[in-house]
Amino acid sequence: MFRATFKSLLARKVRLILSGLAVVLGVMFVSGAFVLTDTLGRSFDSVFADGFSEIDVNVAAKPKVQVNEMEGEQTAAPLPAAVVDRVKQVPGVASATGVVNADGARVIGSNGKVVTSFGPPQLGENWTGESDLLQLREGRAPQAEDEIVLNKALATTAKVQVGQKVGVLTAFESKKRDFTLVGIAGYSGDRDSIGGVNEVFFTTPVAQRLMLGEPDTFSSVTVRAAGGVSDEALRDDVARTLGADFEVKTGEQVAADAAASLKEGLSFFNKILLGFAAVALLVGTFLILNTFSIIVAQRTRELALMRAIGASGRQIIGSVVLEAIAVGLIASVLGLAAGIGVGALLAFLFGKLAGGLTLAGIGVPAAAVIGSFAVGLVITVVAALLPALRASRIPPIAAMQDVATPDRPLTKITVAGALVTGVGAVLLFLGLSGNAGGQTLSTILGGVLFAFIGVALLTPLISRPVVSLLGAIFSWSVPGKLGRLNSGRNPRRTALTAAALMVGIALVTGVTVILDSAKGSLSALAQDTIKAELVIAGQQGGPRPPSFDPGVLDRAKALPGVRMVDGEYGDMARIDGESTWVAASSDVASLRQIFGAKATAGDIDRLGPTQMLASSDTATSRGWSVGSTVKVQLTRGEERTYTISGIYESSQLTNPVTLPVTAAKDFAIPQPIQGFIQLAPGARVADVQPQVETLLADSPEVSVADRDAFIKQQMSSLDGLLRMIQILLALAIVIAVLGIINTLALSVLERTRELGLLRAIGLRRGQTMGMITVEAVVISVFGALLGVAVGTGLGAAVVEALKDEGITDLVLPWGQMGVFLGLAAIIGVVAAVLPAVRAARINVLGAIAHD
Amino acid sequence: MTATVGQQAQAAARANDVWKVYGSGEAQVVALRGVSAEFERGRFTAIMGPSGSGKSTLMHCLAGLDSVTRGTVEIGETTVTGLGDSGLTKLRRDKVGFIFQQFNLLPTLTAKENILLPLSIAGRKPDPAWYDTVITTVGLRDRLDHRPAQLSGGQQQRVACARALVSRPEVIFADEPTGNLDSRSGAEVLNFLRDSVREHGQTIVMVTHDPTAAAYADRVVFLADGEIVSELIEPTAETVLDTMKKLDTPAEVGN
Repeated sequence: MFRATFKSLLARKVRLILSGLAVVLGVMFVSGAFVLTDTLGRSFDSVFADGFSEIDVNVAAKPKVQVNEMEGEQTAAPLPAAVVDRVKQVPGVASATGVVNADGARVIGSNGKVVTSFGPPQLGENWTGESDLLQLREGRAPQAEDEIVLNKALATTAKVQVGQKVGVLTAFESKKRDFTLVGIAGYSGDRDSIGGVNEVFFTTPVAQRLMLGEPDTFSSVTVRAAGGVSDEALRDDVARTLGADFEVKTGEQVAADAAASLKEGLSFFNKILLGFAAVALLVGTFLILNTFSIIVAQRTRELALMRAIGASGRQIIGSVVLEAIAVGLIASVLGLAAGIGVGALLAFLFGKLAGGLTLAGIGVPAAAVIGSFAVGLVITVVAALLPALRASRIPPIAAMQDVATPDRPLTKITVAGALVTGVGAVLLFLGLSGNAGGQTLSTILGGVLFAFIGVALLTPLISRPVVSLLGAIFSWSVPGKLGRLNSGRNPRRTALTAAALMVGIALVTGVTVILDSAKGSLSALAQDTIKAELVIAGQQGGPRPPSFDPGVLDRAKALPGVRMVDGEYGDMARIDGESTWVAASSDVASLRQIFGAKATAGDIDRLGPTQMLASSDTATSRGWSVGSTVKVQLTRGEERTYTISGIYESSQLTNPVTLPVTAAKDFAIPQPIQGFIQLAPGARVADVQPQVETLLADSPEVSVADRDAFIKQQMSSLDGLLRMIQILLALAIVIAVLGIINTLALSVLERTRELGLLRAIGLRRGQTMGMITVEAVVISVFGALLGVAVGTGLGAAVVEALKDEGITDLVLPWGQMGVFLGLAAIIGVVAAVLPAVRAARINVLGAIAHD
Repeated sequence: MTATVGQQAQAAARANDVWKVYGSGEAQVVALRGVSAEFERGRFTAIMGPSGSGKSTLMHCLAGLDSVTRGTVEIGETTVTGLGDSGLTKLRRDKVGFIFQQFNLLPTLTAKENILLPLSIAGRKPDPAWYDTVITTVGLRDRLDHRPAQLSGGQQQRVACARALVSRPEVIFADEPTGNLDSRSGAEVLNFLRDSVREHGQTIVMVTHDPTAAAYADRVVFLADGEIVSELIEPTAETVLDTMKKLDTPAEVGN
């Protein structure tokens, strides 16, 4: 029995390759994700281990506001210089150095543009001398106030040389300041940076003033232990001396903590990739199910013979499942190998993008291997179970009769489809209406999955009218008519093939509907509400938003034709122990006059130095009213008490909390991030805009745009997100195309005799190919239609659920939908090529004699 | 039908008042109308009749491939009627062999593997002496490693015969075994079937519409309109043809 299974498997290897390919692609996604995140994770480990290798013990002040990886960069509070002396007194300390090390030192390259970072921080540091790790490659250390050293990687990207003037924006000065580049430093082992981090080294007082905002402070104290003193013992001694206000860690701990927070981000990334792998595998499941169904149908006679000569139903199931296991195993191995390749390639690209991250060796974590085999095998076997069951039900008598599989009624499958779709709809409703009891995401995902399977089950019924309607377009020619009839003759097969395409297209359409609706709603809201003709803002590339010199605000206000100017600041703060986004406006009156806020209580036009405003939603949820006092801890400085003096109505454009502008100096970024300029009646945008541009000459991170351009720019981040999702979902569509090719190839094989007959009675080669192409196009356009319909439904449901979040307009991407349908037609033509050529090459005599 | 106890013990297969009705209402077709027949052990019986007479249906019912509407079917000591799937599977493994008009060999397996397939499905080892005898009888010793596609029609059908014989079933059902063969190959196969009955005591029930083929049998049972209408012992092609002609005429009139 085993022998018969394997021999038949070998004989049908070509047919199984395509279905296997679907598993290969899905598994590749899974193993690639694991390999990529594992490699990057270990690379970060070694980067941080290196970066902190010169530190035995590190002393830092406790961060005042805890910020996680998703909310932004953690900013440590500075510690007073006196701490260095106290640490020096601890026995066992060989040396203690005060270090300035803060994000936000942005170098202006020789092209006049700010050197951006896509991830690694842009550190401004004090020069503390050379070490085993860090050496000067060229020039000398900075000695005067206007001298700096850059690391080699940064100098190379900025295209600047020793001796040149270099403009730098710093954490506390978003106005360009010129320095002389006196040296370029590099790391041991001929590395230009560690992990692609850009570094600017100042003299200590300059670094303190520009990066920490206060003289005589440091970010941390790095300690070297005297000979014979262990790092851990010294850490405990230092900690005891300094007391509870400081974080004292060994260098290894610091490295591990820094790596851990990045890895948290990586594991999130990993989950996203695995989500897309799941979509690819769902589509693959359809494909495998279809392939095995067709193969079982084609082998009806053979399987019936097996039954006639004594095979039990269980043995038939076993033989089909065994085939599935073999296909799954081979596909898993290939997928794992391909995934390792893809993971390595992506890690390499990521390393390049992140500015030269030195990659650790490519490793294959156990999770990749286990995941690949589990997923590959389980998916294949599960998908083959239904066909196997059907195979076991073939009566032995079929061996003696001409195989004419009767058209089974679609009642059962339709009822099942309606039920499953109903379950999906209920789950979606529960999830989207927020009644899922904490399981919102999994309920929604489950709902989408059920909806897909349900619709796939309903597809055979839907396919009859839709396919004949679609096919009618081609019915003017004989091959077109034959192709149309062929695509309608096995509704289950056509339906399953189309359903595979539906999944990918539905997801893309759904996401597009949601994002376009969000874009449309927010744009409309911004257009209706923001009463500022000009906006100052920059394009955010890395984790730090662009900022500009607050001096620009006053100078802009003084320009003729300008009525009101508002600079917006923002940061995460802790209010009564809870993390909250806080904003500050340079002109509070703008709340009402530019952003259209309405007061619901108190006065929102004025704000004293110890007063604050809150949005109505925030006030309700936190139980605040006018007169309440709250304790606010900002990134820097001490905790302060504010009194709520006004409450404004919440909208998409209002911040939860507005603090007086004087508080902004203690924000992580103490400069304005956006500026809004309202013109006086009669003033022309074209007159004012160039003048503001001149003011921004020393703030190269931002530019001034009119309101519409600003809104467009703000929405462009959504476009990037959409494009990324589309690329990742394209894989699911590729797999569906494989499915169409497979179905057609198997159908051609099945109809060899019929095709031979058609050729014998005069159908030309070209007509034969046309017939197959029409069948493919009808199937793929049908799949795309379903996908667009289901995707629009899902998207509309989500948009409806997000109404309260401000997504009020349902925007249907008609253009995109048209593109999908056109794309589906092309996909059909492409998918038909191989099967059509095969059909056209059928030997007429051989086909008629074919049994 | 005057069956004695002794005769009963000799029957390899038996039909007792078997009715087979397809469809219902207007579309109702009665394929068998109360057929009772015995097929003795160690004999070669042919079932003949014009097309639509129910001869294939009778064979399918006897072999347990199709259920009967009324009546019972027995093979050896086993009552086939009412058996479940696992009972039928066991029956096919132990008691029944098939030879088909279309040969029905697995194209991916060699001749030898095809012959041994029923045994390997049942998880049994072949009896080497019997296997050797079968191979010698079918005369395929030098073709055992060939695939079906490399064999002539006659050779393929002999492989199918060997496959049916090798598990020594109670009874072999042959469905038009020469229908797809030229007359020479057909004669070879029929000679071989008759030899396996004469020399090895095999029981064979063959459905055919070819009088020459039926003449190889020990006994011919004639069916018309779902009923047994005639019987010949030690037939010749001529006597079979004569009987058929007599059957055809009233059938024509009936239509």
